Amino acid sequence: MSAVVVFIDQTEVSTSPGHPVLSKSSQELLTLARLAGEPVAAVAGEASDELAAALGGAGVSRVFASSQDELTGYLVAPKADFVAQVATAAGAAAVLVGNNFEGKEIAARVGIALNAGVISDAVGLTVADGAITVQKSVLAGSYTVEASATSAVSVISVKSNSVDAEPAAVPATAAVEQFTAEFAPASLGAKIIERTPKPASGRPDLSDARIVVAGGRGVDGNFGPVEELADVLGAAIGASRAATDAGWIEHSAQVGQTGKTVAPQLYISVGISGAIQQKAGMQTSKVIVAVNKDAESPVFEIADFGIVGDLFDVLPQATAEIKRRRG
Amino acid sequence: MENTALNIAVLVKYVPDAQFDRHLTGAGNTLERAESILSELDEYAIEAALALSEARGGEAAGNKVTAITMGPASAVAAVKKALQIGATEGVHLSDEALAGSDAAATSLALAAVVRHLGGVDLVLTGMASTDGETSLVPAQLAARLGLPQITFASSLEVDSSGEAHVATARRDGDIYAETIQATLPAVVSVTDQANSPRYPNFKGIMAAKKKTVTALTLAEIGVEPASVGHEGSLTVVKAAEAREHRPAGTIITDSGDAGIQLVDFLAAQKLL
Ligand SMILES: Cc1cc2nc3c(=O)[nH]c(=O)nc-3n(C[C@H](O)[C@H](O)[C@H](O)COP(=O)(O)OP(=O)(O)OC[C@H]3O[C@@H](n4cnc5c(N)ncnc54)[C@H](O)[C@@H]3O)c2cc1C
Ligand SMILES: Nc1ncnc2c1ncn2[C@@H]1O[C@H](COP(=O)(O)O)[C@@H](O)[C@H]1O
Repeated sequence: MSAVVVFIDQTEVSTSPGHPVLSKSSQELLTLARLAGEPVAAVAGEASDELAAALGGAGVSRVFASSQDELTGYLVAPKADFVAQVATAAGAAAVLVGNNFEGKEIAARVGIALNAGVISDAVGLTVADGAITVQKSVLAGSYTVEASATSAVSVISVKSNSVDAEPAAVPATAAVEQFTAEFAPASLGAKIIERTPKPASGRPDLSDARIVVAGGRGVDGNFGPVEELADVLGAAIGASRAATDAGWIEHSAQVGQTGKTVAPQLYISVGISGAIQQKAGMQTSKVIVAVNKDAESPVFEIADFGIVGDLFDVLPQATAEIKRRRG
Repeated sequence: MENTALNIAVLVKYVPDAQFDRHLTGAGNTLERAESILSELDEYAIEAALALSEARGGEAAGNKVTAITMGPASAVAAVKKALQIGATEGVHLSDEALAGSDAAATSLALAAVVRHLGGVDLVLTGMASTDGETSLVPAQLAARLGLPQITFASSLEVDSSGEAHVATARRDGDIYAETIQATLPAVVSVTDQANSPRYPNFKGIMAAKKKTVTALTLAEIGVEPASVGHEGSLTVVKAAEAREHRPAGTIITDSGDAGIQLVDFLAAQKLL
C-alpha cells in the first residue's frame, strides 16, 4: 500500500482543558488516510510519547517529526517545505491536511513543490484501483462534485467533521524519526514578529462543535441569551458578520463565506436574516433551527424548525425549559 | 529610501454574481458565466492598494496600481471596474487555451504576467475568489514567484523609511493573533476585515475612460498553452450534482410557548 502523509501540527496545540493530544480533526484525517493507504504522520512540533501512542492507535507506524524553529518563526511556507519533503521521503501517493486557512495554504504550496494537483474543501474520499476520488461541495454548498488529481501525488485539504474519527482496527507501534527540513530562502521571508494568544472561552471549538448557537444583528449588542442557551446545550457560539463587525463578539466567531464553515449536528440561528454569505458557512448543518421576528427572512427557507418570534422571549424560555427538564 | 513610490499589482477576478443561482455546465463541469461581477473580496485588495499609493503621494509621486485579470473577453469588465475605483492601469490576460484552468494553472499564468510586467513591489490579492473559494492561488503565486507570502492579512502597512519597503500585517488565527513582517517584493492577500472598500464615483468613472488596458496572450508572456487550461491543470472535476434543496421545515409563530416547542423539537430529534 502506498503511503499517505498526514500533516499534524503540534505547534499550536489548543490549551483548552480536556483537549486530546491528537486533535479531533487530526484523528479524522488519519481515519481517511487509512482508507487511501498507509498513514504516515508529518508532525510539526514535539512528537511526545503520548502523541506517538495516540498515532499508533490510529494505525500510524511511521512518524517524521521536526521541531525546527523556522516552523513557528515564519508564516506557512516552512511548514509546507517540511510536509513536501516528508512526502518525498515517504514516497507518498497522497498528502492530507486540515482545511483551515493554514491547512489550505500548506496544501497549495505542497502542490507547487511536488507538481501535484490540490483539492481543497474535501468532505470525503473514495479509492478505486489505487486512485483517489474526492467529494467536495462548491458554490456555497449548492453543488457536490467529485474531483481527482491527475498528478502522481494528490494533495487534499479536508474539512473537519466530514467523517467520524475512528481508531485503527489493528493498532500499530509508531516509530518516531527526527526529520530535518531544508528551507528555501523565500520561505523565510514572512517573519512572525509578534504572537498574542487569544483568550480561551471554555466553550467547544466552533469548527468542530456538535452544536452551534449563532447570533446576528437581532441580538442588538446583547449576546447574553445566546450564551445562556449555548451553555445549557454545551454548544459553541457563532455569529453573523453584522454582529462581529459591530464588535459585539470576536471575529473568530464569524460563520460564513469570510468566516468559518461549520456543519454541526445542530445550528441554531438567532436574529440572523440568512444572507447568502452567511448560508455559505452553515447550510450543510444536519439540523437547522431559526429564531427571527421577520417571517420573510431567507433563513426560514433552510430551517428545519423555524420560530417567528422575538429572541429575547424565545431563548430564555427554551433555556429555562431545558434546565427544568434536566431537574 | 529616496523614492518611496510603490509599484503594486492587484489581482482581480471576474466571477458569477452569488446573488443569482449559479450552475455548473459542460463536460468539464465549469461555471456558467452569467451575471458576472468583480469578485467582492477583491475590492478589499484594490482598496488596500489605493490606500498605500495615496499615503505616499499617489500617481503624481510615481506610485502605480495595475489591476490584472485572467479570464475570457468579458472578464475585462473586472479590470474596468478596478480602473473606475482608482487603479492606474489594467492588464487582461485572455487566451482560449486558458479555459478550465485550476489553481495550479491559474497561478502559473498569473505568475508569468507579474514577471512580464517586471519591477512589481507588491502583489495584492483577495482572500478567496467568490466562485472558486479555494484561497489556493495567492499561496501558489508566492511559491511560484519565490516571494514572501503574507496571506489573510486583516491589516497592512508598508514602511519605506529604511533601506527597503517593509510590509507589516496582522493575521487573526483561532489561537493566536500574529503580526507578520516581510521585505518587499511580496505577495499579500487581504481579508474583508482589512478596510472598507470605496465605490467608484462619477469622477472615477470618467477618468477610467482614458486609462489603458493592455491585452496579453499566452505567447506574449511566454507561457506554453499546454501548461494551462484543461490540459495543464492537475485536477479534474469528474461529476457534479446540484445539492438537493432542504425539505421545507416546520415554521411556527410564537404565541407565548415557542421556547417550549423548541425544546420539544430538540428532544424529538434526540439533540438534548
Ligand atoms: C464579501 C462579503 C462577505 C461576507 N461574509 C459574511 C460572512 O462570512 N458571514 C456573514 O454572516 N455575513 C457575511 N457577509 C454579510 C452578509 O451579506 C449580511 O450582511 C450579514 O450576514 C447580515 O447579518 P445579520 O443577518 O446578522 O443582519 P441583518 O441582515 O440585519 O438581519 C438581522 C435579523 O435579525 C432579526 N431580528 C431583529 N431583532 C430581532 C429579535 N429581537 N428577535 C428575533 N429576530 C430579530 C431581523 O428580522 C433580521 O432578519 C458578507 C458580505 C460580503 C459583501
Ligand atoms: N483568474 C484570475 N484572475 C485574477 N486574479 C485571480 C484569478 N483567480 C484568482 N485570482 C486572485 O486570487 C485570489 C484568490 O483566489 P482563489 O485562490 O481562487 O480563491 C482572488 O481573490 C484574486 O485576487
